[in-house]
Amino acid sequence: MSVLYVLVLVSILVASVFLGAFIWSVRSNQFEDNSGASMRMLHDNDNPQH
Amino acid sequence: MSVVKGNNTIVVSRQVKDTALCYHCGAECLSENIAYDNKTFCCEGCKLVYEIVSHNGMCDYYKISAHPGLSQIKPLRKDKYAYLDNEAIASSLYKFTDGKNIIVTLYIPGVHCSSCMWLLEHLYKLNAGITESRLNFTAKEVTIRFDKQVISLRQVIELLATIGYEPYISLDDANKKQPKNYNKKSIYKLGVAGFCFGNIMLMSFPEYLSDNTIEGQYASLFRILNLALSLPVFFYSASDFFKNAWKSYRQKAINIDAPVALAILITFARSVYEIVTGSGAGYLDSMSGIVFFMLAGRMIQDKTYQSISFHRDYQSYFPIAVNVVSNEGVASTSLKDLKKGDIIELYHDDIIPADAVITDGRGRIDYSFVTGESEPVSVTAGETIYAGGRQTGEKMRAQITKPVASSYLTSLWNHHTFSRNKAEQNNKKSFVHLLAGNFTIVLFALVMVTGIYWALNDPAKILPSVSAMLIIACPCALLLASTFTDGSLMRLLSINGLYLRDAFVIEQLGKINHVVFDKTGTLTSGSTDISTKGHELTMEEKDLVFTAASSSKHPYSMALVKYLPGCKKLNMEKWEEIPGKGIEAIVNGNYIKIGSAAFIDLPVTDAKANFYVLVNNKLTAFYIMPVIRKGIPGMLGKLSGTHGLSLLSGDNDKQKPYLQKLFGRNTELLFRQQPVDKLSYIDVLQKKGKKVLMIGDGLNDAGALQQSNVGITLADDINNFTPSCDAILKAENFSNLPSLLRLSKAGKKIINLSFGISLIYNIIGLYFSVQGKMNPLLAAILMPLSTLSIVLVTVGISNLYTRYIGLRINPESQPQYKT
Repeated sequence: MSVLYVLVLVSILVASVFLGAFIWSVRSNQFEDNSGASMRMLHDNDNPQH
Repeated sequence: MSVVKGNNTIVVSRQVKDTALCYHCGAECLSENIAYDNKTFCCEGCKLVYEIVSHNGMCDYYKISAHPGLSQIKPLRKDKYAYLDNEAIASSLYKFTDGKNIIVTLYIPGVHCSSCMWLLEHLYKLNAGITESRLNFTAKEVTIRFDKQVISLRQVIELLATIGYEPYISLDDANKKQPKNYNKKSIYKLGVAGFCFGNIMLMSFPEYLSDNTIEGQYASLFRILNLALSLPVFFYSASDFFKNAWKSYRQKAINIDAPVALAILITFARSVYEIVTGSGAGYLDSMSGIVFFMLAGRMIQDKTYQSISFHRDYQSYFPIAVNVVSNEGVASTSLKDLKKGDIIELYHDDIIPADAVITDGRGRIDYSFVTGESEPVSVTAGETIYAGGRQTGEKMRAQITKPVASSYLTSLWNHHTFSRNKAEQNNKKSFVHLLAGNFTIVLFALVMVTGIYWALNDPAKILPSVSAMLIIACPCALLLASTFTDGSLMRLLSINGLYLRDAFVIEQLGKINHVVFDKTGTLTSGSTDISTKGHELTMEEKDLVFTAASSSKHPYSMALVKYLPGCKKLNMEKWEEIPGKGIEAIVNGNYIKIGSAAFIDLPVTDAKANFYVLVNNKLTAFYIMPVIRKGIPGMLGKLSGTHGLSLLSGDNDKQKPYLQKLFGRNTELLFRQQPVDKLSYIDVLQKKGKKVLMIGDGLNDAGALQQSNVGITLADDINNFTPSCDAILKAENFSNLPSLLRLSKAGKKIINLSFGISLIYNIIGLYFSVQGKMNPLLAAILMPLSTLSIVLVTVGISNLYTRYIGLRINPESQPQYKT
């Protein structure tokens, strides 16, 4: 049954990864423009610098 | 009324056969002459944009959406942005600079579709100096990084203007440096609470499902993990509740956060106690869940409209710089450095930045935005012009007599009304806080009784019973009900064209019993209607008048030209315009005079006419009437049944008889009202106990909008300049006002109803806990269930009610993309 300790630990770790991803997404301003991204993805990106 | 330049209304075009539509903006082409690449354009401006775009291989712009452009019919004045050559002024707009690269963020009101985004993000194709541009579509702000050595800020802005995306730059941009009030913290708090809530639920499952058979070591493992996970919720996510509660305690006014914070505190304390002593699992799952839902509700309620500003004052109306004439010539000077005695140069469409006296040239000043007068005022050298007016004539020079800050218009902002924080006051007055306050008092009375009862009978039971009561009786349901209702109503109102500054406006709007209207720009739209009296012009005479009028730039002449569509331009033998008087012309041998009664020099029957036309000694009187917006008569009829009405106009009373008929005999109509008169009129109404809604549009209404219980600004385009107000209403939705008021009124009832429903859950919970049968599983089921039903009830009822009173519940369909 001590495998439970490992499993609980792993589950919390996995969840923390998602929390980290969430914090990163807020930090990188992904919540600032809610409607722009949906249009931008439909445009062809032909800028050599990007 | 449109005040922001280059900000024309987007023409929604439906393909009509036989009329060519402008390839760029979709407006109807009046002549077929303007063509390029087998495509027709409505004006040279649109053609120019197409040429630039196609020349740079950027025709994708026209493929993404049909007719993506804005009409370019209004040409850009050549030196309009010359002031940006002044490095001091230009640098006040820089967001970042390292000496070589410069980053600026510009507000572009014209942004409206996917094509706009594509073009604005491909600016590097148009000029190699621009290294990167990115558009925030929601805020309509483009951030551009460019190389100072290749392209200047002036060139960047002129480039934007020539491709039809002229930024709106005002004095405000130079003054404010802080970023937009955008609350990242609340997103973090919500995310952390959600994370902890989910994991605590997961860790609590063994506890829910076991019949106390869970092995001791595991039980304590899960409990300790739960405790660890609840710490961020308690100390970080819920911190706002504690802060607000503390504030309310200091101000001795109980708000809803106080009992909520108390319940969170008690729940946490009791859970820690149970876990530490090993006597139970606590209620950490319920606590973090409720914090999560309450934060979500707050977020929905506080959703703001990024691209709309509700806090503008004269600073965002004024330009950033003006041309000052000195011995060394004409130079751009920042408005902040403008001194008394400076001589400024004003061009067509420029805004007068400070009170001044004309020294050279003559002007026709349009004061409609600052005073409400609908007719431009003619002024000549020696006369005073006031800040906020717009020059509509030719170039003129004027000497500043008062600094910008103490001009006639700006002094209105020194009135004490502007020093109070209306939003905070509205929040404090909310009935939700009153309800929460009463709720708390009753609760404390019950707790005291219970405490005393157990103190006399069984002192050991004081703490468990008292804490259980405080936990169960948390008014979270009330908070959830009010935030979700407000959020849902704000969304529905915005779908119907009414954008609120914050949720507290809804409640104020529901209490309104008197509505005050402004006239110019509010009841009337910008366009005019012409009626005539006297001799009726024949077709031939119309051509003659058209010919004489079309050479003049006077607003009356321009209105006359519009009134005579399809007329031919004939040969003129003689044409003379006497400024301030009229036009004298000989067309095809016919003698024509257009102008004032004095100019015509004939006995006139009606002195109220705006101007007269004399063709071969036959006299016609012309009346220019501003057009009343569509649906106004019906709306006023509906509104007069439930609300008191008044009209305050800065204009003359030429239209009084007509308006009196429109409003009904008992309505008070006041004319020639100064901005301060409007403010004090509303103050008097309020002292009589009225809850006043002011609907206006210009800076002359700013004082009244601020003084009123709710101030609504009417705007043809919500991204235009609007004075500081509580809400912005799209002009096309004006006739829905009675329904919008009804919907706001329903808010309080919906909150009460859903609060009532949630009380049922509280009673069920209390019933079990009194008998000692309350187990964590039951609590974990009841809490989300009650939250879910509150959300469903509030959103469902507000949607149903909106449909019932005939308003839209879904946004208009988005423009279709070409495939």
